[in-house]
Amino acid sequence: MSDTATATPDAPPTTVLQATDVTMRFGGLTAVRSVDLTVNSGEIVGLIGPNGAGKTTFFNCLTGLYVPTEGKVTYRGTVLPPKPHLVTKAGIARTFQNIRLFANMTVLENVLIGRHTRTKEGLWSAILRGPGFRNAEAASRARAMELLEFTGLQHKADHLARNLPYGEQRKLEIARALASDPGLLLLDEPTAGMNPQETRATEELVFAVRDQGIAVLVIEHDMRFIFNLCDRVACLVQGEKLVEGTPEVVQADERVVAAYLGTPYEGAPDEGTAAEGIPAETEATDGDHQ
Amino acid sequence: MTTTATTGNTPAPAAEGPGPGVLPLPETAADALVLLGGLATVVSAFMSWTWTSDFPGDLTVYGYPAGLQIIAIVGGVLTVLFGLSRKHVRGLAWLNPARATNPVFLAALSAFVVTWFAALAIAVDLGGLVNLDPGAYVAVVGGLLALLGALGLPHAEGRLRGYFGKPDHLPRAALPAPWLQRLLITLCAALALLAFSYGIGINDDDSETFIGFALLVVFAAWALNAAGLFERFSELNARHQGFATGMAFLAAVAFPFTQSDDHNANLGVNILIFGTVALGLNIVVGLTGLLDLGYVAFLGVGAYAAALVSGSQYSSIHIQFPFWAAALTGMAASLVFGVLIGAPTLRLRGDYLAIVTLGFGEIFRIAVNNLDGSSGPDVTNGPNGISNIPDLKLFGFNFGEGHDIGGFTIGRFANYFFLMLLFTAIVVFVFKRAADSRIGRSWVAIREDETAATAMGINGFRVKLIAFALGATLAGLAGTVSAHVTYSVVPTPYQFAGAAPPNSAFLLAAVVLGGMGTVGGPILGAVLLYLIPEKLGFLQNYELLAFGIALILLMRFRPEGIIPNRRRQLEFHETGQLDVPEDGLPPGTVGATKAEA
Repeated sequence: MSDTATATPDAPPTTVLQATDVTMRFGGLTAVRSVDLTVNSGEIVGLIGPNGAGKTTFFNCLTGLYVPTEGKVTYRGTVLPPKPHLVTKAGIARTFQNIRLFANMTVLENVLIGRHTRTKEGLWSAILRGPGFRNAEAASRARAMELLEFTGLQHKADHLARNLPYGEQRKLEIARALASDPGLLLLDEPTAGMNPQETRATEELVFAVRDQGIAVLVIEHDMRFIFNLCDRVACLVQGEKLVEGTPEVVQADERVVAAYLGTPYEGAPDEGTAAEGIPAETEATDGDHQ
Repeated sequence: MTTTATTGNTPAPAAEGPGPGVLPLPETAADALVLLGGLATVVSAFMSWTWTSDFPGDLTVYGYPAGLQIIAIVGGVLTVLFGLSRKHVRGLAWLNPARATNPVFLAALSAFVVTWFAALAIAVDLGGLVNLDPGAYVAVVGGLLALLGALGLPHAEGRLRGYFGKPDHLPRAALPAPWLQRLLITLCAALALLAFSYGIGINDDDSETFIGFALLVVFAAWALNAAGLFERFSELNARHQGFATGMAFLAAVAFPFTQSDDHNANLGVNILIFGTVALGLNIVVGLTGLLDLGYVAFLGVGAYAAALVSGSQYSSIHIQFPFWAAALTGMAASLVFGVLIGAPTLRLRGDYLAIVTLGFGEIFRIAVNNLDGSSGPDVTNGPNGISNIPDLKLFGFNFGEGHDIGGFTIGRFANYFFLMLLFTAIVVFVFKRAADSRIGRSWVAIREDETAATAMGINGFRVKLIAFALGATLAGLAGTVSAHVTYSVVPTPYQFAGAAPPNSAFLLAAVVLGGMGTVGGPILGAVLLYLIPEKLGFLQNYELLAFGIALILLMRFRPEGIIPNRRRQLEFHETGQLDVPEDGLPPGTVGATKAEA
């Protein structure tokens, strides 16, 4: 089923997502200013930045919820259509910062919704119930159960999504996104409000997703999580990309620390703040989300 | 949603030995009172309640119960049965699996309410208590004794508020043999048919009898619910879905045979039309969550389309289609109209959509009113409408004539009843299959969260348009029959709100009242909303007021509707969830977060 997840770890990396010069203005406010970003196959890319830096706006430009004022976004070489459902169909799936499950549907039904773009049985086949309909339905269910097993929710398939504990709701969102067989998964703060164990479990889940050949772009405030996970990190500040590079490079960059914590006072020791400053940020942002 | 723990809702009663009831009575005395009261109610029904036959139903005869007395008998028998079910009487344990006090109380309350209502109605109608005969006094005392006895029975909570709920946990029961399960479903269908045909058979002038009947039905149903029997029954239904649906249709087919008067068959066919349209609206409102306040226009489009091609001499196009073609024409016209209205409006959400659909619904009525040749082209004959619509003839079967089938006379309206029942079956079939499919799931997803649904790859506009068009088509199908049943099609019924169904407000009320997203709900809602105004003629101008009050009360106490969708029930009542997560968060969750970060 997961035919889009073809890239093997050995194959030379290909560009999955390329955002060129993306600018998003709301009236006079420029939320995102000429940001370039590429995501290659088999890669986990992190997007960090202080609150209000434009991370989620940039995400929404990628997923078709917003049409960028300038610039273009291509997925595997084709320009993305400006409609969310077409973007999903093209192969980009996402989760939401504030969980947006279908609360009154069962866990299984939530994942089946994710299968929507990969199936095409319409009203007529639903009414007539030919063999085609039944096969497609059975295949969808099998794939959905497979994904629930992958995320460890198989024993809760018949529960209502609203009744799941918080951490499992996050997992279910990922399972639902994976159901559309994406080539790129966008995670918007997947560990917000999670405790350390749950964060670690999410980390492993994201690695497992990557191992299936799906590229991942993740927004996160939890720096430990980001620097453990990502191959590359980009930092967005006030709508502009400040720096991009390996976790080590970004971690050591003074401007990133300054953006998060403010400019150090004059004469403060430069060395050391960079190393300790960023983990300290974890606590501050965690506090924001609880 | 919030994950607040639902503690403090019921202070978890001790497993055994419930406390005393509201009235401090010894248990044996309370039991005896319930039984005595129930029996007295039954016996009183065989005595005269009043001296004159002026009171509706003629309650003057000894040994021959009528009208309200029959209803009192049912209340009394129910009280006795539930009273005995609490004791370990063989063969009655199924009636009250939890051996709870609540159903006894509610059954006694039904007897009490019916008898006291009857006595008061006699006294008020005829002018004074002097008009009561001994039988009425026996009935009143019997009802009161049963109620007092029920209040004296031991109760887990001991507060009056706690008497109306149903038990939290039913003891697991071994399922009876499959044939017995089917027999039970059959019996329930027969019982429902009996209740319905009795209710519809009450003379239109006997408002008192109908109110008594309605009171009994409400409280008896409440008692059965409190005993947990509805829950049991829906489990049975879920096991034998096809069989249960078949039985429901069989009961509906049997309905005309229970009526000697074709007038009641007329009510029946109108209820079916109303219910079928409500079921179509349920796709739009209940499944997809689009509030459509102009839905009756689609019924109108179907009816007008069928009338125009019916061969009536008032039709502006003088052609006569065979009925199957007329039905298809009506459906196609409604479909086109639905897409035309839906395409521009479905880009709106929520309140905006509601207002725009309300506007389009009125545009239809006003346009039809004006297409009369003087203020517009002559299409619909204006306010006079298209009358003299000929009766249908299918395969040489004339729907306008009565027929004798096995000694029963099947009149004109009964003929149409059968035709409409076939269409209702089609609509139920389409509804069920569409709801349980890829497209049905995407409707529900749109209802739950449209932004998330589109982000998951659902083309929101397209899917909503399909729901809108399907709902319109099904309403148009019902409209084609309705044109022939009523002989004429005029613009007035197709308005937003009026005193009589069908109109958009009543249709919406039928869906919401009955239960959104279910098959049975809108049909039950349609039965109630059609039958009650019809039988309670004295309400007249206060009908809409009473209707409004009823809706407010229902939304306050049972927002999920009479027949709740499983999802909706869980949404409104967080207790008693079917699937509470059995294992909570992993240990050491909250609070540890910051310390470890």
